Amino acid sequence: MEWQEVLKRLIQNKISLLGILIILFFVILAVFAPFIAPPRDADEPYMIPRAGWTIEPQAPSNEHIFGTTESQYDIFYGIVWGTRTAFRIGLIVVGISSSFGIILGTIAAYYGGWIDELLMRITDIFMSIPFIIATIVLVTILGQGITNVMIALITFSWMSTARLMRSQVLSVKEDEFVQAAIALGANDFRIIFRHIILNTIFPVVIQASMRMGSMVITASTLSFLGVGAPEGYADWGQMISFARNWILGIEGDPLHYWYTLVIPGIAITLFCLSWNLIGDAFRDILDPKLN
Amino acid sequence: MIAYIIRRLLILPVILFGVSLLIFSMIMMLGPYQRLSTYITDPAQLKGVDDVELLIAKYGLDDPWYQQYGRWIGGVLTGDFGWSESAGAPVTKAIAERFPATIELALLSLIPVILGGVVLGVISAVHHNKIIDHTIRIFAVIGWSFPSFVFGLLVLMIFYGVLGWLPPGRLSNWATEIVRSADFINYTGLYILDGILNLNFSIVLDAIRHLIAPVITISILWWAFILRITRSNMLETLRKDYIRTARAKGLADNIVVYKHAVRNALIPVVTVAGQMVLGLAGGLVIVESIFNIRGLGQFMANAAQQLDYPGVLGGALYFGFLLILINLLVDVSYAVIDPRIRLE
Repeated sequence: MEWQEVLKRLIQNKISLLGILIILFFVILAVFAPFIAPPRDADEPYMIPRAGWTIEPQAPSNEHIFGTTESQYDIFYGIVWGTRTAFRIGLIVVGISSSFGIILGTIAAYYGGWIDELLMRITDIFMSIPFIIATIVLVTILGQGITNVMIALITFSWMSTARLMRSQVLSVKEDEFVQAAIALGANDFRIIFRHIILNTIFPVVIQASMRMGSMVITASTLSFLGVGAPEGYADWGQMISFARNWILGIEGDPLHYWYTLVIPGIAITLFCLSWNLIGDAFRDILDPKLN
Repeated sequence: MIAYIIRRLLILPVILFGVSLLIFSMIMMLGPYQRLSTYITDPAQLKGVDDVELLIAKYGLDDPWYQQYGRWIGGVLTGDFGWSESAGAPVTKAIAERFPATIELALLSLIPVILGGVVLGVISAVHHNKIIDHTIRIFAVIGWSFPSFVFGLLVLMIFYGVLGWLPPGRLSNWATEIVRSADFINYTGLYILDGILNLNFSIVLDAIRHLIAPVITISILWWAFILRITRSNMLETLRKDYIRTARAKGLADNIVVYKHAVRNALIPVVTVAGQMVLGLAGGLVIVESIFNIRGLGQFMANAAQQLDYPGVLGGALYFGFLLILINLLVDVSYAVIDPRIRLE
């Protein structure tokens, strides 16, 4: 199936169209963040400005349309700049780890033999520790900060792409056009790139789309657990961890501080939902079993 | 089949060695002084020692890495992971104490996760492309996109804050007193099981009441996962020739679907069990820390927050080893059930 055909069907499908529209909304929010929520300190736009020094969150008002969370961090500002954080983490982590997985999986399948065995056992080893736990350990050791979170996520997330790519390459390796290229004496790099990777990339793209959401969730989870973004950094996970002490409200009004949890919660869920909607529709379009 | 099992068993030590090397390489990223804490089983060992350099020399923290690895793995094999600052106990003891809570939660979650996911997947496939199919799938994608820490906090806000039904923790205060009293014998540390064995059913009910919210939080996420696989396999199976034959010979639709198709569609679901166990184990870190369940996951989260290196590393190693063994069991039992896998 051609790219144009796939794109056309993605836009015709109501569900994936919804996903695309939500992502576009977040893209606009991220690109125009400096105009939508002008930073107080232009050198450190990712640090959320504080509206005071009391601990207790303040309900939405004209001045703070989404209210302020624990320690007076402005929720609206955190959501807007948190969008940039989410895109940055998602794109960098998925981009680097998928490329690494593609290279490794292709090498393993193309050369086979002991190279394949070695690379796949290394993959198994990295997959043996649950993803969240492995990233927690690495971030704890490297220290808090967005860069270290990304390093940890990349270190432990290339394996599924490597496996997928390996099985893809194994299935096209025997195809006539690849065999012909080998017979003609084309060099390995050219065969791998021109003939194999370009013919196997679709499932990897679907997987990458689904992983955008899950990488952002995992990064937020680290911030939520207090080992990710530094305090005050515009990160949705951290905003939810600020809400943690306030979810029981006050005597007689258990939902008093609802906005501290619900608003950042909607932002992060919508973001992941949009990527998953696209990935889901993508998979249906390309799954021969379901057509 | 025996060849398959033997091959799996032969790979096992390689994987275990690899995981230990992976964890050890993370230890080596720490400076010698920080690494010291992973070798000390009891803070009393540090009393009266003023010179850190002496300690570093004593524990050989400047030696080549393979010598250090040898000493470290020797300790690990004898159950010595070092001292956990966040738990105030040796890592091994802290983990052992928290193990039952995690097992109880994990085992109890498996039932609704698998049952719910399979039932929804079958319904979805049987009503392919009808409203009910679309509705189930939309809910599944939403559930999959909902981060567990957001969902868990919402559950806590509504079912504990507003309604007061589902409290956090493992037991109510009165029940904790009974469990700690001399009359109550802790056979397993799983409160539901211990309650039954002690014939104290109010404990059983209280334990279940505390487990409902965390189990729901885990299920929402994994339903989508199981549903997706069940649905896709079921759709494929429903198109097979033997299903058409069954229909053609006039069998009732219900019998065709539930006796012939479901059984065969479920076999591939087992293949993802390993992946699911890994995911569940990771999810426990979040769920246990939100619902204040004193288990392994909460231990990991606390240790990470307090930069308790031995705790984090020991926990990860322990989780890793345990999951490798569970996955081995899953693979072997799968090979026993389905002859096709052995040929691959």
